[in-house]
Amino acid sequence: MTNAFSNQWRGLLESLLHRGSTAGADLVEVFLEGTDHIGLLAEQDRITSVTPSFARGAGLRVFRDGRDGFVSTNDLSEAGLQRALDQALAMLGLEAQQLTSAAAFEGLKQLTDHGLTKADWLGRCPSLDQASQCLLQGTAHLDRLGQHLQVRRGSYARDWQEVMVAASDGTFARDIRLHQSTGLSVLAADGDHRSSIGRRYGSSDRPDDLRDWDSEASAAEVCTSAGTMLRADYVDAGQMPAVLANRFGGVIFHEACGHLLETTQIERGTTPFADRVGELIAHPAVTAIDEGLSGGSFGSLSMDDEGMEPERTVLIKDGVLQRFISDRAGELRTGHKRTGSGRRQSHAFAAASRMRNTFIDAGSHTPEQLIESVDQGLYCKAMGGGSVGPTGQFNFSVEEGYLIENGKLTKPVKGATLIGDAKEVMPRISMCANDLELAAGFCGSVSGSVFVTVGQPHIKVDSITVGGR
Amino acid sequence: MMSNNNSLNASDLRDRLQALASREGIRRWDLGAACSDDCSVQVDRGEAKQLKASQRSSITVRVWNNDGLVGITSTTDLSDGGLEQALVGAHTASRFGNPEEIPQFSPLATAPLPELDRPLQPRQGILPLLDTLRDAEADLLGRHPAIQTVPYNGLSESLSQSLYLNSDGALRQMERTQASLYLYARAEEAGRKPRSGGAVRLGLGSSELDVQGCISEAVDRTVSHLDYRPIETGSYRVCFTPEAFLSLLGAFSSMFNARSVLDGVSLSQRDSIGSDVSVPFLNLHDDGLHPGHISAAAFDGEGTPTRRLSLIEGGTLQNFLHSEATARAFSVEPTGHAGLGAKVSVGPDWFVVGSNPQVSSGNSLNHRTESGPFVLIEDLSALHAGVKATQGSFSLPFDGWLVNNGERVSVEAATVAGDIRSVLSGIAHLEAESEVTHRGVSPHVWVDELSITGEA
Repeated sequence: MTNAFSNQWRGLLESLLHRGSTAGADLVEVFLEGTDHIGLLAEQDRITSVTPSFARGAGLRVFRDGRDGFVSTNDLSEAGLQRALDQALAMLGLEAQQLTSAAAFEGLKQLTDHGLTKADWLGRCPSLDQASQCLLQGTAHLDRLGQHLQVRRGSYARDWQEVMVAASDGTFARDIRLHQSTGLSVLAADGDHRSSIGRRYGSSDRPDDLRDWDSEASAAEVCTSAGTMLRADYVDAGQMPAVLANRFGGVIFHEACGHLLETTQIERGTTPFADRVGELIAHPAVTAIDEGLSGGSFGSLSMDDEGMEPERTVLIKDGVLQRFISDRAGELRTGHKRTGSGRRQSHAFAAASRMRNTFIDAGSHTPEQLIESVDQGLYCKAMGGGSVGPTGQFNFSVEEGYLIENGKLTKPVKGATLIGDAKEVMPRISMCANDLELAAGFCGSVSGSVFVTVGQPHIKVDSITVGGR
Repeated sequence: MMSNNNSLNASDLRDRLQALASREGIRRWDLGAACSDDCSVQVDRGEAKQLKASQRSSITVRVWNNDGLVGITSTTDLSDGGLEQALVGAHTASRFGNPEEIPQFSPLATAPLPELDRPLQPRQGILPLLDTLRDAEADLLGRHPAIQTVPYNGLSESLSQSLYLNSDGALRQMERTQASLYLYARAEEAGRKPRSGGAVRLGLGSSELDVQGCISEAVDRTVSHLDYRPIETGSYRVCFTPEAFLSLLGAFSSMFNARSVLDGVSLSQRDSIGSDVSVPFLNLHDDGLHPGHISAAAFDGEGTPTRRLSLIEGGTLQNFLHSEATARAFSVEPTGHAGLGAKVSVGPDWFVVGSNPQVSSGNSLNHRTESGPFVLIEDLSALHAGVKATQGSFSLPFDGWLVNNGERVSVEAATVAGDIRSVLSGIAHLEAESEVTHRGVSPHVWVDELSITGEA
């Protein structure tokens, strides 16, 4: 069998799907994957780590009466794949040799090859020399533009992935994905004062992305932020209104609400929104969207990891819940139609309903109008990470914050964590500005860590708990 | 025994790599490899939800080129083609090796290994696991009417094999079995917010897991949070459970990490050894060989033997965790805490927090009998987001209780904030009884004057 995934795999895949179907499976799915990864780290003015890695593997999933058995393996030989399939069948009490009245398998459809136009992407990516030079340029800019910098770091990762999906419903699709991310970070230290600031920039489907990167502008952004936060005081804790900046501010929707609109959460009974389609769950100012194709954005896909082309999914329209994000198992178990959102980190995970490019849509206000409307509150210019628990309690950290006093931004503050409950905070997002922007990130959940985009315009939350000192 | 289709043959791997290296003109190389055979189950209200199994393998190859620079590559492909690709990839990457810091073989890569009493346990297979978990879920759901689901649950068992070998003849290998059970329940009462709690158990094999103990702990924790109230924002005396304190300490482990010290991203400096970093009645060890450490390994990624290492003794910083390269920079021996890389990572194995028998805290606090007021913190969350390890600060959501006049009331959503240096130097008391958790060993730890923010 060839190393690349092509129509040559059809015979073997059909034989596996036939074997599973005749054993009594409702559906059999095979996910093949090959990856080629490079990671680079520059520290101060030197490349200190280059980490290439390659992987090949398969994930085989069998459905029977709403349950599924999933087996992953690094062995892509015919015997290895058969062994994995037989193990998955056995989990559901099925045996390959036993013919049952199974759902008929009529063969795979014609291959839908999303990767055809992407064959040269890997070769077009920057060489190690070029990538190293870009990073060292970035750390040199940091040195020139920053003050009190104890550590300067630049990082670059290129993730190339080839996938093929075949299922007994005839699905047969192939794709090539390319993600690149570049980051700059610093640790500024002056006596007892310290600030650590980092920014990441990411894209999909753009081989030339690193060459187009404006490392000087990125370095200036990081240095300005580090300088501002170096002597910032700790925020005073309490309940207050908050204005969250655009781009990565979108993590609030991602954590507070996005995860709760995945069918995985309905299956677990952990979302308060399960029966509320058509109801007002957020302030009427809020329209929220999850889509698979936002040209070049980090969470974009030509097809999901179940071979389905992704759709633009309006989740909330003017505060009213419209749809859930659904994958194959989600549709089977909850009845919510698939949205092309079946995603997984690698062949080692079964796909699950996951966000892609998720954002709150632009409103009609200016960012200044939002800030002017706050008497005493917090302006969150840059967000850190966050999470949501099984009861819908979410949290996320503020990397760069400022006090709002009498409608104006005043002194910088650090150490803030925002916490809340999805059901309570969504109706409190009362104003959206007109400056929607997206930002690249990673989301970890049941099917591993996947590339996502978060985004929003500036938004105002009328009241939120700010943890601090 | 590892199944035939997914196992590593160390001497075969060494011979194949040696032949490939000779062909490529590579004289110095080392390799870390791992493979595993795992299975796990999840259930949902009596039904099997997902049954999973995996056979994984991976190798990481490091080579030194003719200029002495190091390159590295990882692959999951253990075929001759995969090995060749990894070796050539590592050779290519070695052009970018850092001449300022070249890792070498560990001088202890052939030293005797410690004896580990971790007998391999037979695996039960996936269907018996499913029965056990299904019964556990049913038992748990039957314990309290407010508990209606166990949304996060899993029972797994695995057999894994890992090895290290190098062109100087080092050859380390080990096999181990491990099983884990987690049960996180969700409870809800009319007109009240949903609450959750859970428990984890680890064992060498699935048949020896303390299933009943896990169920009881998950029920107790969940039910204890049903009657919640908001807490007023303010400064409180806090008692961390062993699990919570170990989580906090783990998030700031860069304080003890020589790699982080050399990189300038640790709260410690090169000359911090010998300085006072905590109250004098605190001892802290890293003990990867502790009998409670189910995942214990006899050697690290560079083949260095694992050992017990004193980090804080009587409040004074004693040692850092080292790889071969950082140990050389500090003129000490590697401590057995390295990964394998071009830039080798360093990490803790298993923290053991204890009291210094020579010094008393002067307090006799006990979380079971103190009348309060104090906040008992059971679990910290979002450590990846709320900890600034390079600055020492933290602001973290937690689950816990406010204890006042002997009454214990669950705290509605709240955060605790502070500075790890202040916490370590402001510990009021370590209780006498230590607990072995899945994160390490620690007693309950009391700290005065921590900031708590509530929704009140």
